[in-house]
Amino acid sequence: MSSKRVLITGLSTYWGGRLAQGLEQDPDIETVIGVDRRPPKVELERTEWVEVADSHSLIRRIVQAAEIDTVVDTRLVVDSVVTSQRRAHENNVIGTMNLLAACSGPYSCVKKVVFKSSAHYYGCEQDDPAYFTEDMLRPHAPRTALERDIVEAEASVSDFAEKHPDITVTVLRFANGLGPQLNTSHMRYLALPVVPTILGFDPRYQFVDSDDMAAVLEHAVRNDLDGVYNAGADGVLALTEVTDLLGKQWAPLLPPWGTGLAAAGLSRAGLRIPPEMLQQLRFGRAIDNRKLKATGYRYHFTTRETVMRLREHQRIATILNRTRGRNGDGYRYEREVEEFLRRSPSVVRRDRPAEPVKNVVPGGRRAAAPKRARARRPAAAPPEYDELEAEEVIALMRSFDTPDLEALRRYEEGRAGRESVLRAIDSLLSRARSPA
Amino acid sequence: MAEDVRTGLGGASTEVARREDLRELLPGIEPERQVTDWGRSERVEGLIDRTVVDFLYHLWFRCEVEGIENVPDDGGALIVSNHSGALPPDAAMIVKAVKEEHTRPRPVHLTVEHFFKGYPGFSMLLPKIGGVAAHPANVQRLLYDERQLVLVFPEGRKGTEKLYKDRYRLRRFGRGGFVEAAMRGRAPIVPVAVVGAEEAMPAFAQIKPLQRLTGLIYFPITPTWPHLGLFGMVGYLPAKFKIRFLPPVRTDDMGEEPWEDKALVQTVAHDVRATIQQELYDMVGKRRSVWFG
Repeated sequence: MSSKRVLITGLSTYWGGRLAQGLEQDPDIETVIGVDRRPPKVELERTEWVEVADSHSLIRRIVQAAEIDTVVDTRLVVDSVVTSQRRAHENNVIGTMNLLAACSGPYSCVKKVVFKSSAHYYGCEQDDPAYFTEDMLRPHAPRTALERDIVEAEASVSDFAEKHPDITVTVLRFANGLGPQLNTSHMRYLALPVVPTILGFDPRYQFVDSDDMAAVLEHAVRNDLDGVYNAGADGVLALTEVTDLLGKQWAPLLPPWGTGLAAAGLSRAGLRIPPEMLQQLRFGRAIDNRKLKATGYRYHFTTRETVMRLREHQRIATILNRTRGRNGDGYRYEREVEEFLRRSPSVVRRDRPAEPVKNVVPGGRRAAAPKRARARRPAAAPPEYDELEAEEVIALMRSFDTPDLEALRRYEEGRAGRESVLRAIDSLLSRARSPA
Repeated sequence: MAEDVRTGLGGASTEVARREDLRELLPGIEPERQVTDWGRSERVEGLIDRTVVDFLYHLWFRCEVEGIENVPDDGGALIVSNHSGALPPDAAMIVKAVKEEHTRPRPVHLTVEHFFKGYPGFSMLLPKIGGVAAHPANVQRLLYDERQLVLVFPEGRKGTEKLYKDRYRLRRFGRGGFVEAAMRGRAPIVPVAVVGAEEAMPAFAQIKPLQRLTGLIYFPITPTWPHLGLFGMVGYLPAKFKIRFLPPVRTDDMGEEPWEDKALVQTVAHDVRATIQQELYDMVGKRRSVWFG
């Protein structure tokens, strides 16, 4: 069965937005509808946003009216720093229940449900295996509220799958994601100038690149994967290896006993390390990703390459004077404009718009689609932007928006003044400024 | 939970086929890295090997190795040994023996108790020198998927906490979990008998209250510990080491799913234990001196 009419819940999340962007490029997908409480943070061409909370009667009406055949749920809160515990519970447990109820009505055409989950499902304990496979259960009951919610949410998904054997139910358990646009406690943690570790521990870490996360979700929409799949990049690094790759120092600032108290102290100082992350800093975790690979998916980046991409972005961020990302600094959802673009007969529609068409929009919206798999290359270890090769800079800048490019140009002029870099910036700038 | 039912893979034959497919999908090796996915660090391991282990192997314990050809050249194999000494030196010596004497030296992964993963310091150091938590899934992945050598001590801490008066008398061999792991990994079992480790660090008593206080798995009194402090922890006496590798026991010719047959598992475990015990009596009986062999 191929998916044609897709509903994405959690459109305002990074993953929901990226998935919608990917799917709407595909002419075979007839409809992409996103539901979320908040407006989307990325520019979308034909995806329609419906402002709905997790109410099952409203979602059911949308599912039935639009004859949705595929529901992708990217709403799950997998990091307890992004929202309060109570709201995370509402969202993860009650929200999942409501969504599944909405998919299962007598008139529902839903044939596939993709549920984005997290490796937090397995927890993180002393007697864990080195690699979790999908059929393993966590050895102990969940300890943190977040993990409890994730386990509960997955329980209702698997219950749903049992009651509806004709519906393909995919559960994707992602390792910790890294990417410039993600706002997670690990991103904040690795952005610190000195990375605090627990004295006497060097945990194993597996990450997954944010581009790969979006690609895995798309893979699950395009293929029928029934069951649970782990999604984590190839390779497992020790935390000290991660800090080395980032060119940072680590310091055993957290004591091995009374770690929770010390973490509470740190959170007053502004660094919040949530309890599920403390467990990871102590014991580490890795998942076996081969079941997903057996379905034909190939990761664009290994864990090591993911960390190295993060390093490049961290370096650039120091010059641009603000952390790029937070996803959507350059884009704001305006309902009237979006309505106009989608419905008005005056808008000139072209087949499968290519890059420059995006500039038709007043207000100079930027090309939001982040670049895909950059060429792989061996690691050098220069800690500063100045030491980046010209090609590296050029490869990076394609994902920048106009103010960033201008800042970069000023900086480059003042310093190295490499002609190839300046020329590349100018050409990008002129493309962005010129009307279509 | 219901998931494992849905992810269950139908018949036995499909699972074997699938497991072979999955072997091809292991992550590739990144040559830039000095640490493996298990956390083993070339740098740290090499440093300790060149200094401490080399000295102990050649000069201090003067290790004598027999039957090294019983360790297969390739494919997974489970090395099973007796275990002794309060901070056991036998593991490092067996690993070194494979490295020094074998025609095709390979790294050996040694299984350690889960306790060490939770104890600061050990948790950081042990994976770097090749330690892997003794979880059945870990052993199975190493043996079957990665075709590595794995060293287990089925006696576990019961072997290392036994007192000097009980030397060379094997404890219970766990619950036969090591046999099951080898069967699932379709790897042979190579029994090993080590003589000398019992005298290198004899434990005369176990002090329960101090064990509770420090949170260690046991707290022995040895000739140098605890009165010589941290240095006493590695205060080995220069006993003569003899390591004998015995002919491998095949586990891949025992039928389709031999691990389901608990009686067979127990029989194999018992046989392996008896073989090692017999060999130990033989070696100790022929020994003239604890210090000179």
